[in-house]
Amino acid sequence: MTEIRIDHVSRWYRNVVAVNDVSMTIGPGVTGLLGPNGAGKTTLIAMMSGFLAPSTGTVTLDGEPLWRNEEVYRTLGLVPEREALFDYLTGRQFVVAMAELHGLADTGAAAQRAIALIEMTDAQDRQISTYSKGMRQRIKMASALVHDPAVLLLDEPFNGMDPRQRMHLMELLRTMGAEGRTVLFSSHILEEVEQVARQIEVVVSGRHAASGDFGAIRRLMTDRPNRFVLRTSDDRLMASALLGDPSVRGARLRSEGGIELEASDFGRFSEVLPRLAREHGVRLHEVTPTDESLESVFSYLVSS
Amino acid sequence: MSSPLVSPTIVRLGVRSIFGRWRGILLIVLPVVLLGISVLVRALVGQDVDPAQGTLYGLGLVVIVPLVALLATSGLLAPEIDDGSISYLLAKPISRHTIVASKLVVSFACVLVFGALPMLAAGLVLLPGSPSFAVGFGLASLVGGAAYCAVFALLSVLTRHAVVIGLIYLLVWEGLLGGLLDGVRWLSITRWSAELVDRVAGLELVDDLPLAYAVIAIAIVIAAGAWRTGWQLRGFNLTGDE
Repeated sequence: MTEIRIDHVSRWYRNVVAVNDVSMTIGPGVTGLLGPNGAGKTTLIAMMSGFLAPSTGTVTLDGEPLWRNEEVYRTLGLVPEREALFDYLTGRQFVVAMAELHGLADTGAAAQRAIALIEMTDAQDRQISTYSKGMRQRIKMASALVHDPAVLLLDEPFNGMDPRQRMHLMELLRTMGAEGRTVLFSSHILEEVEQVARQIEVVVSGRHAASGDFGAIRRLMTDRPNRFVLRTSDDRLMASALLGDPSVRGARLRSEGGIELEASDFGRFSEVLPRLAREHGVRLHEVTPTDESLESVFSYLVSS
Repeated sequence: MSSPLVSPTIVRLGVRSIFGRWRGILLIVLPVVLLGISVLVRALVGQDVDPAQGTLYGLGLVVIVPLVALLATSGLLAPEIDDGSISYLLAKPISRHTIVASKLVVSFACVLVFGALPMLAAGLVLLPGSPSFAVGFGLASLVGGAAYCAVFALLSVLTRHAVVIGLIYLLVWEGLLGGLLDGVRWLSITRWSAELVDRVAGLELVDDLPLAYAVIAIAIVIAAGAWRTGWQLRGFNLTGDE
């Protein structure tokens, strides 16, 4: 079993704290590292891949420190977020070179296997400089998989991928997780993470905000108070009807028309709203969530 | 960990990388300029030691060879560190010193091809009757250029402005102060390599600098520069835009 253990890790850059006293264990299966941009995901992945020393705390792979330890790369593959590659090589030359650097016996076969796995066989002989963002992402993936690592770390791997490539990569990650590999990927999109990850670790502002399976995280996120603006054919009647239901915490008639409303139980509210409208003969013209940004979801998680 | 001293893959990638960028063109232009000027000097003044020495020392050893070393070395490390693509080399179970040694092999080869051999050729153009003159400058270019490579490799991992700082060092320390202050010879790669020319070609480019000191100083700079560069790479930080 391969396990990355982060133990009371903090990392700061001068007086800016990027990661603040985070502890987590990443075991076999797929783990999603979820958080808004600037939350510290890249810093955490850099520490997990041996490319950054924690300011305090320890990061280990099966008990071995990752920092200043080249040997860990025998079992670890990294797909960094940054796009720069060896643009003057073809995709195949790049992956073969990576296989050679790993000291593999049959570099050509290993490269072909990795390239086929990420469906880049057709484009493998094109120069990397001609690749689209999604293709670059996939050839990076092939280079990280060429030595068949037990641990795979991916920083925002779905960036720039079209829906079909995204589905394929998700399937690939799920398969790798099912094979018992330790796979961790970062993302700022909940839907992306919950489609693939068995376990989700949420980081916000450098802190470990939540941890659990996607059901638990989804509940945490949907059970928070939600704010909406409603436009209806009879705002006063609709507001009074909604206030009678326990899923609604408050409602206010806006001077410019419409209802400003706070729901405490999103699941129940989404069932009650159309039913009450029908029962009272009110037409719903518009239902707009006003704080659906991911940042507000994460802020709620941190304060809960 | 048993790691080879040099990785053929990194050497191959290094060669591709150098000639895939604009620096590759400059590397070819510099020796062409040197040879062109040497031909001109020979045509204008004939076979004369003073102008020949002035050309190969003042232009070749002080300007062309250090610039070739700067372009070759910073072109191999600085761009990969800047854009983060060095992480593909570093995320491998190979010694960081192997990575540095492999990069330096490419730099040394550039110094040989674009620095030392053109200096040898220029020496033969300027003074065909005195092969020791050409050999002295060729050898000094190779050895001095190698020391410069080690210094610039270290600069590349220490700062993102390696080329600018390297140029300032060359202009101010090696060029300006080296010409004005005698004491600089004890801490100047160009003067150390000039001492080699003096011994091989029987010239007097630098006064009062023991050959043993020059040779040992160059060896220490190459070894210490390469080792320290590898040590710095072991602690390479890869962080994104966060």
